[in-house]
Amino acid sequence: MPKPAEVSLPSDREVRVTRTFHAPRQLVWDAHTKPELVKQWQGYEGWDMPVCDMDVRVGGTYKWRWKNLVDGSEFGFFGTFTEVDAPSRVVHEQYFDPGNMDLTMPVGDPCIVSVELSEQGGVTTLVCNLTFASKEARDGALSTGMTDGMEHSYGRLDALFKAAA
Amino acid sequence: MQPSERLDLTFAALADPTRRAILARLARGEATVTELAQPFEMSQPAISKHLKVLERAGLISVDVDAQRRPRKLEPRRLAEAVDWIERYRALFEQNYQRLDALLEELQAKPSRRKRTKK
Repeated sequence: MPKPAEVSLPSDREVRVTRTFHAPRQLVWDAHTKPELVKQWQGYEGWDMPVCDMDVRVGGTYKWRWKNLVDGSEFGFFGTFTEVDAPSRVVHEQYFDPGNMDLTMPVGDPCIVSVELSEQGGVTTLVCNLTFASKEARDGALSTGMTDGMEHSYGRLDALFKAAA
Repeated sequence: MQPSERLDLTFAALADPTRRAILARLARGEATVTELAQPFEMSQPAISKHLKVLERAGLISVDVDAQRRPRKLEPRRLAEAVDWIERYRALFEQNYQRLDALLEELQAKPSRRKRTKK
């Protein structure tokens, strides 16, 4: 088993996540840039990913959307690729799409997401850096928006499973 | 104070090596300002300034009843900050565990891949 993801806060506006994978870099790159692969892992427990369009080239756009399996609520992210250097670095500007959910998350400024991959002896190290427009946006992305919504949906799912058991 | 404002104070207080060293010292037990100033090449007023920041962030408290006015750690606020980071971590980790499974599958049979549903 790979070591769990590590999170650090390099500055007021950033979150950095570091994780290793027991796979060659090209494969990890593919899993991040080919929609049919992205759909299989990127998302949230209890959510389907009906929309995953990605045009991975500088200036190309993408659109991700998730749908809650229980209550049908939807949200997503969309944006533009600003750097693409296969298979080592991809950067995109990401906007939050509140879909049909009533979320207080700010929609305005993009979050700059960079993913860097390096390989040593068949093990790939991924460094994902999120740079938010402001400290408030960084803290808000987690504390007011999605996770609360997700925790609620987990709660509903738990209830559903208990009822079915 | 809003939870996010509290986090601001906590993270700002933690963003200094001297203040982190003070917290590490207080994790071993309460201490007076003089005791806290000892390991650092710093004047007592300078240390007191750091202590005020930590106090305002709720990371430490002062025992006003005791004559020595010792400082002690308030672990709850620190736990809140850790919890906030942990939620980020958990969010990514869930995704990456699914990615682990996918990568394993891709390496096992590169040609006949089974599509798994989340």
